[in-house]
Parts: sequence; structure tokens; C-alpha cells
Amino acid sequence: MELFVFVVAALMVLGGALGVITRSNPVHAALSLVLTLFGIAVMFVSHDAQFLAAVQVIVYAGAIVVLFLFVIMLLGVDQTEDVNIEPITVQRPLALIVGVGVMGIVIAAVVASKDLLGHRGDGLNATTMESTDANIRQLARHIFTNNVFAFELTSVLLLVAVLGTVLMARRVKSNGAGK
Amino acid sequence: MSSLFAIDPLLDGGLLWTPLIIILIKVLIVFVVGLVATMLMVWFERKVIAGMQNRVGPNKAGPWGLLQTLADGTKLFFKEDLLPDRADRLVFRLAPYLVLAPAFLAFAIIPLGGDFRDGKGGLVTLFGHQTRLQLADPPIGVLFALAISSIAVYGIMLAGWSSGSKYPLLGSVRASAQMVSYEAALGLSLAAVLLVSGTLSTAGIVNMQSSLGNWNVVATGFVPFFIFMIAATAEMNRPPFDLVEAEQELVGGFNTEYSSIRFALFFLAEFMNTITMSALIVTLFFGGPQPISIGNTTLDIPLIPNALEGTIWLVLKVLVFLYIYVWFRATLPRFRYDQLMDLGWRLLIPASLGWFMLLAAQRVGRDAGWDQIVVTLVTAVVLILGYVLLQLAHKVSRANREKDGASF
Repeated sequence: MELFVFVVAALMVLGGALGVITRSNPVHAALSLVLTLFGIAVMFVSHDAQFLAAVQVIVYAGAIVVLFLFVIMLLGVDQTEDVNIEPITVQRPLALIVGVGVMGIVIAAVVASKDLLGHRGDGLNATTMESTDANIRQLARHIFTNNVFAFELTSVLLLVAVLGTVLMARRVKSNGAGK
Repeated sequence: MSSLFAIDPLLDGGLLWTPLIIILIKVLIVFVVGLVATMLMVWFERKVIAGMQNRVGPNKAGPWGLLQTLADGTKLFFKEDLLPDRADRLVFRLAPYLVLAPAFLAFAIIPLGGDFRDGKGGLVTLFGHQTRLQLADPPIGVLFALAISSIAVYGIMLAGWSSGSKYPLLGSVRASAQMVSYEAALGLSLAAVLLVSGTLSTAGIVNMQSSLGNWNVVATGFVPFFIFMIAATAEMNRPPFDLVEAEQELVGGFNTEYSSIRFALFFLAEFMNTITMSALIVTLFFGGPQPISIGNTTLDIPLIPNALEGTIWLVLKVLVFLYIYVWFRATLPRFRYDQLMDLGWRLLIPASLGWFMLLAAQRVGRDAGWDQIVVTLVTAVVLILGYVLLQLAHKVSRANREKDGASF
């Protein structure tokens, strides 16, 4: 059963990922991305991380890809593009190198930690899984005690990003602007 | 592995035939009840609104026009299904189902009955197996409803875009902006309930609300309930927030290019959502299937087993909210778009956030043994100061914009 769930979720993730890079219509690509994110959410559930699964769907599928679609629709770039014309010629070989590099790093990480495979981490330990809220409770305790500085710093980072966006989006004052 | 099935006490011992059949029956019941309730809801809305407008309403098909929805549905099935020339074929066909599926899925976590009295926690015994009268009770509970409602945006957004024409696109962009904006207020007012209940599971939340005094609507101090109600109405695109289907400006809205049964599916989903949201409001704030009880006296319906009584209470409570939604539609005029955004961002989000912080401060104060009144007063003063600063910021930015020559 676990294998079955894994295979289905993995197919969703890979299928979606392939869709993102092969579909020439940006809206279809964004929808493929949603498929990938759902697959990851299923993976989270099968690893007892229900809260992460819910957050994955709410934040990524529900907010971020919706924003992607928003931008695609409002900018009117929702038409099929001719991908043979390349304005920045270096980016394709560069993307290939970076892609292969990232894949190498991930494989290296898996190989290096292969004795940990099949070992369930004890961050969320199984004895407390009886209570339905144990999952979210332990996660909250970890975030707000051991990692509270990292958490707060992340929120400051997001705030800075928001302020930066507002600043950049603001029109520079010129004579008779907006008339 | 076992945890995948831990969403229901039925499945604790792994997969067996009887539990599997019970679950299949539950799925069937939830699906059928959902469809029939939607059908009746359409009739109910038309009949009530007709009464409010001094009309008769549907009265030909069946007794009191009860079968009117069925007749309309059958008619729509046999109508020609148009596909616009410039439509994105795949997405155009997919969109109605993307609207419909979330409406049904959210229904799965609503406790539809069960005996919550005397610490039984809503468990009933069916064929020797303990179970709940709800399709699923996942550990993430109401977060599932939030996740589903955030998915519901896709259907409307893609329906408008894939039609390949301007008005539906405008309608869908407007709709998705509205739904994304109000989701924040919805989530924050929900957080107040979670803070008071101390659990995410819907069955657990119902279980906490054993008498009138600790129904969450009272325990959270009414404000989160009103915010949730308003935000839910906006999420469902029902009047007075139905800018999505503003005929005057948009010809029809995101569904302009749709016809026949695909068109009907959008409306099926809208009415289904109304029922689901009402049930969710009842579950979160009004004790779900719990009977009305004050102190130690419980309003008990005689001769009916307690588990079934829960269903009756739920139906009664949900009916009240369904009536309120119809009432909204009959009385309130549609919001203007800037009013809608102002209400969402400037009033509901700060108010729900502030109220949440007030509740949290009280909790912290109680744990630390501080004087409740002082804690409340200090928090209130801080929040009011924050609000005044926010208003000042608005004023400054508006003055700047006017200096720049913008007209709004």
C-alpha cells in the first residue's frame, strides 16, 4: 500500500514537472506545477506530516501558483510561445549546467546518507502519534522554541521583500503624472 | 502506514472488509446527501426569495414546485453544449469540475451526526465497529477545509481565462482577487476558534462545545463569527459579494461562454458551497450536532436515539444559516469593487488579527496567572494604538497620492 501511494505520488510529481518544462502554453505549465505540488502533498501525508501537506496545498497550490496565473493572465503572455527564438543566448547552456549540478548534489546527498534510508527520524516520534494533534503540536514546539530566531528572521526577510516590492512599484514623481 | 488510515478509528486494525464497506456506504451517503441537499437548496432559495419579493416562485413541477430543480437540470442536460472558437479546449472542459470537486470534498470533514454527550466524543458503533458519522476526521481537520477553499479559486479563474474572450477574463480575475483577499480574514477568524478549542479536528471542535455557554461563538466573543460569516460569503461569491456575476458590467461573469450542463455545474457548485459553508459555520461556532443545552439541562428530542438526534440538530442549525444567506441575497445591494477590497483589507483582516491577538493575550495571561482585566485592557490599548497608526498611514498615503494627481 505504501509502495502504491509512493508510485502514484511520484508519477504525479514527475508528470507535473515534465509538464512544466514541456508545455509551451504558460497556463498549462502552471497547472502542471499544481499537479507536482499536489503529488508532494500526498508524499507528506504518507510520511505522517499531515500539517505540512495542508500547508503545502494552502500556500503553494492555493496562493503562489494562483499569483503566477494572475501575472500570466494580466500580462497577456498566455499565448503559446515560439521557444526557438532565444533572446539571451547564454541561458540555455547555463541552465543545463546548473540543472546537472543540482541533480549531482542531490544524488551525492542521498548516497552519502544511505545508511539513514529506511530509518524513521525521531523528530516526530511515533509514540505520540496516537493523539491526532501531536503532529502540529510537536512542530509548533520545535519552531517556537529551538528555531524561534530562524523563524523570526524569515518573517523579517519576507517583510523586507514586501517593502522592497512596494518601493519598486511606486511611481517616481514626475510632472503631471497620472493625469 | 497505519497512520494513513488513522483518520478514522474504524481503520485502526488495518484494512478489513466490514470497515471498508462501512466507508463506501459513508462516501455514497455523503455524495447523495450533498446532491439532494443542493437540489432542495436551489428550490428553497427560489421559494424564499419569491416570498420576500411578493411572488409565488416555482410551483408547477411537483408539490410546491419541489421538482423544479430536477426539471431544470434535465433540460440543461439536453441543451446544446457550445465550445467557443477561441477557447482553450482542455481547460474549458476541465474548469467546471475543478469548481465542483472542492465543493464536495469540503463536505467530507463535517460531522453529520453522532452522540457527543457524556464524553462519548461522537463515536457510534456500526456492525461492531466504532466510527464517526462523518466521512473523514483527518488530524489536520479544518485546515483541510481551508486547503479546499484555496483550491476552489482555480475553477473560476480557469473558466474565465479558457473562454478566450474579454468579459469572462475580467470576471474571473476579479473573482480570484476577491477570493484570495478574503481567504486571509477567513483563516484568521478560524485561528481564533482553533485557539479556543485547542484542536484542529472537526469532531474535537464539536466535542468542546458541550453547552450554550461554551459554543465557540460565545467563547471567541462573537467577532470572529461575524468576520467568518462575511468572509465566507465573499469566498462563495454570493450576494452582496457577487461581483463575479455582475451582469451590468460583465455581461454575465466568468461563466458567460458556458452553456448547457457545464453552466449548470457552476451553479450546482455554488449552492453546494453554500450548504458546506453553513455546515462549517455551525460546526465551528454553533456546536455542530450538539443539542442546545444550558448548564445541565439539555433540550432532548424524545424517542430518537442520541446519535440520530445529532443529525436533526445539525440540519436545523444549518437551515437557519441557509435562510440567512437567502435573506442576504434578497436585501443587500451589491458592493462596489473598491468597497469590497477596502472592507476585506482595511477592516476584516486588521479586526480578525487584532481579535486573535486579544484572545491569545488572555490565554497567556491565564497561564501566567495575571489579572485578566488588566491583560485585556492593556492588549486593547495596544491594539487601538496600532489601529490609529494604521489609519494615519492610510491618510498619509492618500494625501501623497492626491498630491501626485491620482484621482482615487
